Amino acid sequence: MDLEALQVSVRLALATLAVLLPLGLLAGHALAVREFRGKALVESLAALPLVLPPTVLGFYLLAGFGARSPLGTAFEAVMGHSLAFSFPGLLLASVIVNVPFVLQPIQRAFESVPRDVREAAACCGLTPLQAFVQVEAPLAWPGILTAAVLTFAHTLGEFGVVLMVGGSIPGETRTLSIAIYDRVQAFDDRSAGIMAASLLAIAVATLTLTTMLGRRVEPDRG
Amino acid sequence: MTARRRRPWLEAAAFVALALGPPGCAERPTLVAAASDLAFALDEIAVAFERHEGHRVAITYGSSGTLTRQIQDGAPFEVFLSADEAFVERLVEADLTRDGGTLYAVGRIVLFVPTGSPLSADEGFDGLHRLLAAGGVQRFAIANPEHAPYGRAAEEALRRHGLWETLRPALVLGENVSQAAQFATTGNAVGGIIAYSLALAPALSGRGSFALIDEADHAPLRQRMVRLARAGPVADRFYAYLQEPAARATLTRYGFVLPD
Repeated sequence: MDLEALQVSVRLALATLAVLLPLGLLAGHALAVREFRGKALVESLAALPLVLPPTVLGFYLLAGFGARSPLGTAFEAVMGHSLAFSFPGLLLASVIVNVPFVLQPIQRAFESVPRDVREAAACCGLTPLQAFVQVEAPLAWPGILTAAVLTFAHTLGEFGVVLMVGGSIPGETRTLSIAIYDRVQAFDDRSAGIMAASLLAIAVATLTLTTMLGRRVEPDRG
Repeated sequence: MTARRRRPWLEAAAFVALALGPPGCAERPTLVAAASDLAFALDEIAVAFERHEGHRVAITYGSSGTLTRQIQDGAPFEVFLSADEAFVERLVEADLTRDGGTLYAVGRIVLFVPTGSPLSADEGFDGLHRLLAAGGVQRFAIANPEHAPYGRAAEEALRRHGLWETLRPALVLGENVSQAAQFATTGNAVGGIIAYSLALAPALSGRGSFALIDEADHAPLRQRMVRLARAGPVADRFYAYLQEPAARATLTRYGFVLPD
């Protein structure tokens, strides 16, 4: 039983969402409505964490913010502890890993808002911000919710990157998936089983909730 | 039967409910990094230390190589117990430690055979020779020799007995010796070479039989511990406690040979 690990996982998932969701809304909207040079490149870069193995990401992240990197040294000088193997470091890694999970559903959702709806909003004298808040975001709501749930669930289950940049420090970087790995190696199948069941329960609950919310949203769109 | 089956789910639900509550603001534990061969022995010592001194130590187990790398990359550990003193020396050279550390134990390896395996456990590897010749070895577990000292010792012993080349295609490498033990004891491999200290742990008793491998078959596993640069007063006391008779008795019980 590792309560601390569940707390770390949930805290990490919520913090990742808090950082990524606003950024995802801005970037996803921009990618959906604007055309610019190099857009394909930006989109591929944002999708990169989907196809890169966690070890590759973990390796670059360690090189990028480990104690021997400029960013790591600067962080240590200010905060008094290292960025790698700390919760802030884990959060930074988690934010990078989750970019495609938050960006893609949001971009798709804004793309599915018909162009004439946006133009009509502009004709009615709404500023772009008003149009975004009052017209576009409510229409894109299911996609935004999907992004949030995917990111939350993905962060809870993330293993490879956390293993490389986390270091399994209790209360700080030992997430639930790492705790399960540690317990299995300690021949403590019972604890591992209970934690695995908890993760499963959370995953089923989150996905069910999204489906239910999605259904309640659907009729409004028709 | 039904009640027994339902309980883990109830526990899981309670676990989720509790964990969603506010994080506690208990005293921060002292962070210790330790080689996986210590998993059971050091857990016992830590419990005794906590009862004795009233301070919490939180232990992270892994291969000595992985932990050394993490310490170099800034992991906030205060004490490091390596399975191979070379890793400690590396940290000493990088100026990440308080001093040169202390030799705390010499480790031994065993040939472990899970219950029901066609392999027989003997000191001279005769059973393994025979089973290999008969083509009966699908999987054999050791820790990764590249960064796990117990894996390196296993490789040396297998080479000494002329088994390394023939056995190689069948090897499954654990990230550390605990994972190798996991592979070797769950019947996923016909057997494996693991730490004596793990084979003696209560969690493994009844999972199979083992034979102690001759010390002369591999370079001695000289295990050194050291306080790291950020070690606080509790870390100092834990480090001292590890050298006291009670802790030494526990290490002996887990098959470690102790320095004077």
